[in-house]
Amino acid sequence: MSSASGLRIIDLRLNVAATGNDIVDGINLTIEKGRVLGLVGESGSGKTTVGLAVLSHARRGVEVAHGQIFCGDTEVLALDNEAKRKIRGELVSYVPQDPASSLNPALRIGKQLIEVLEAHNFGGSDEARKARIKEMMAEVLLPTDDEYLERYPHQLSGGQQQRVGLAMAFACRPSVIVLDEPTTGLDVSTQEHVLKTIRQLTRDHGVAALYITHDLAVIADLADDVAVMYSGRVVEQGEVSEIFKNPAHPYTRHLVAAAPDIASKKSIIGLTGRAQSPGKRPVGCAFAARCELVEDACRVEFPKMVLVGGRQTAACIKATQVASVMISSAKPVSARTVGEPVVELVSVSAGYSGNTVVHDVSLTIRKGECLALVGESGSGKTTVSRAIGGLHREWTGSIRLNGRELKTMARQRAVADRLAIQYVFQNPYGSLNPRRTVGDSIVRPLVIDGKSKHDARRSVLEVLDKVSLPGSYANKYPDQLSGGERQRIAIARALVSEPEVLVCDEVTSALDVLVQAAIVDLLSDLRRQLGLAMLFVTHNLPLVRSIADEVAVMSEGRIVEVGPSESVIGNPQQQYTQSLISATPSIERSMR
Amino acid sequence: MKASILRFVLKRIALGLLTLFIVSLLIFAVTQALPSDPAEAILGREATPEALEALRADFGLDKPIVVQYTNWLSGVLTGDLGTSYATSTSVSEYIGPRVGASFFLLLIAAVGSIPLSIVVGANAALRRDRKFDTTSSLVSLILAAMPEFVVGTILTIIFSTTIWQLLPAVTYLEVGAPPWSDMKGLILPVLTLLIAVTPYVARVMRAAMVEVLESDYVEMARLKGMNERTVLWRHAMPNAVGPAFQVIALNLAYLAGGVIIVERLFNFPGIGSALADAVRSRDLPVIQFLALIIAAVYVLTNLLADIGTVLVTPRLRTRLK
Repeated sequence: MSSASGLRIIDLRLNVAATGNDIVDGINLTIEKGRVLGLVGESGSGKTTVGLAVLSHARRGVEVAHGQIFCGDTEVLALDNEAKRKIRGELVSYVPQDPASSLNPALRIGKQLIEVLEAHNFGGSDEARKARIKEMMAEVLLPTDDEYLERYPHQLSGGQQQRVGLAMAFACRPSVIVLDEPTTGLDVSTQEHVLKTIRQLTRDHGVAALYITHDLAVIADLADDVAVMYSGRVVEQGEVSEIFKNPAHPYTRHLVAAAPDIASKKSIIGLTGRAQSPGKRPVGCAFAARCELVEDACRVEFPKMVLVGGRQTAACIKATQVASVMISSAKPVSARTVGEPVVELVSVSAGYSGNTVVHDVSLTIRKGECLALVGESGSGKTTVSRAIGGLHREWTGSIRLNGRELKTMARQRAVADRLAIQYVFQNPYGSLNPRRTVGDSIVRPLVIDGKSKHDARRSVLEVLDKVSLPGSYANKYPDQLSGGERQRIAIARALVSEPEVLVCDEVTSALDVLVQAAIVDLLSDLRRQLGLAMLFVTHNLPLVRSIADEVAVMSEGRIVEVGPSESVIGNPQQQYTQSLISATPSIERSMR
Repeated sequence: MKASILRFVLKRIALGLLTLFIVSLLIFAVTQALPSDPAEAILGREATPEALEALRADFGLDKPIVVQYTNWLSGVLTGDLGTSYATSTSVSEYIGPRVGASFFLLLIAAVGSIPLSIVVGANAALRRDRKFDTTSSLVSLILAAMPEFVVGTILTIIFSTTIWQLLPAVTYLEVGAPPWSDMKGLILPVLTLLIAVTPYVARVMRAAMVEVLESDYVEMARLKGMNERTVLWRHAMPNAVGPAFQVIALNLAYLAGGVIIVERLFNFPGIGSALADAVRSRDLPVIQFLALIIAAVYVLTNLLADIGTVLVTPRLRTRLK
């Protein structure tokens, strides 16, 4: 074996222990020392399962069926329990997705750091270990004083927590590191710092890093190589530039087409359907059901990896032709028409129990227009949207709907005003009542409005059609639907009362990119057809360019810049906006 | 930091005292509103109206209710608990040793059940869906479904009457004698109380532990290479006992009431049998004081549980100002 190889995964398969169905299969990956491999795929594709297998760990109900994983020269799957314990944290370490839930709330961070060193008897003495901790804290740019190490996880910000996670992972100088979406949930500026730290540490210490994510732009920015997973298989791999410049698998092509990019106004394209869960997967290529290039041969057996060129391989029988056959069918971006103002905010300030968090915000949302309200977490963007929706109590100033002054809370407002402004929430898993059929959930506003049963029924079918779902969905329960379908239902529920204004609060942040693109596409169509005024609240700057006409950037409760989205994102004037944009990773920028 | 915890504890104690004051009002109102007449209960139906009147005046029952209440409350606060109607001895003399005996019973039950239920619950969670878990879940469900008097009766049948005659069916304990002077007689009442409390707490402990073991930080501890002992005791346990404290407190408080039946069953001379006797003879001063004691146990155990939860939960502890 070549000594340069830090991590080698050979023909790995993991099963659902109870049924023997494959969760992931046929995984072959190699990462050389000092290199970062980005493992991309949508939720449920098996990325984390592979990542945990590298630490010889399988979650409850999951078992290794066959395969080998070499970290350096050690085959980790063959080790006994005590030997596994020894290599974890020492030879191979793990950085989890959510630092807030992965640090023990009952232990001080200093304790959680030093116990890794103690468990592996690193350094030989307590003094050496303490010194190592300080060294690591400095490397991840955190304070090294004792007071800081005495803190509990909840006394740190999200970015600081993730740095502690990184310090912990690098503490014993491992040769392999698995990073499982370590920047999901962090603001872009924090993400930028964390990514920089990761890049620095892997290069400096010659670590082979497996970076798991669903965010293509982060991969383009950080990784050297990419492997794309779909339905438990690696469908394409190669160097970052090869994959992003010339994706050879139809799925990869769709992924790239669906990813919004901060560097250009791009009309993102979604894809309907979804990957099947273990046990329901087809015999041949799992993507066949959603692929426009499908032919009979695809359904016979899983396609072999085909060399496309350089180091790029793809599991598709048409891999060498895909690029010439699939042309992105981008819709023409329709010319913008300036409509009448529907919602006007004049000097709105808002707060929580006396603390003002939104200062003097004035905005106009016009008919048929999408205004994006962007900002990092805590910038006050959701508070503004809640004030418009009548869901926030403490605000002053004036919000007008078609020139009429709106009351503070939704329940003080006239029924017509309430129906005119509809709200779609971030989490489609929490916003639908699990005990009601989808039809019942949609029909609620109409029942409140006093419509007859027959009319209400017909309206339900109409709105389901508008959100591109069959009428039979009215009888389903939310748990029978995918995340994207649930979000469509939430939109249908908003549309049923024929609103003039749609407030969308981070509606795509819980969704995979292909689904996100489909939802954004749907919202744009609806806005055009129904002449809706839309407020699109998001932290996702690239997305803004693909959906919004106007954008308002918020920071610390104030609007720092507002204007047409092309000029604000393309040519920002304010320093804050500039820093946000430069911190946002971009595929196009990285490929230049 | 230390000062903030002290302030929190003092605040909770003040709130507890307020609760007890409100409870004392309720107790007094309810006992005075009882339809029966203590004088008649003592003198019998044939007593002359004059005799009844004299006795009522003796007890102070002819005074306005507010005066009766303030007299009683000031008595309680100064340690003068009044005179028992039925025994004509001072309430403190009559109740004192019984309260001690009951507390001793409760204490052994608590000291036994808390670690037992934590160990059983945590082990069930660790061996989730395996034999120990399914068996202990089934057994604890069956035991939790049985009222104490059934458990006590079954234990008596097994250990002292029909099957084996190993243990006394009743406690031979003189009032005022230290409870540990009849160790053998203590076994069955304590066992009954243990069985009454342990299943609930064990089930809650199991649920809390299952959740903690599934948490990201426990997985992370394993992925850091911690051994299972450290994972369990350092990473999992401190996060699981917080919720368990609350249930332990509720159950101990429940025991303070549940002890009545168990004491009755085994003829144990504690507050339980005293309360039953007092209710029968309408012995108001005794009833009122015992009700107040039981309420105080409730308040105290909940207070301790809240303080305990705050102390083991850094997020709550550091929030104190």
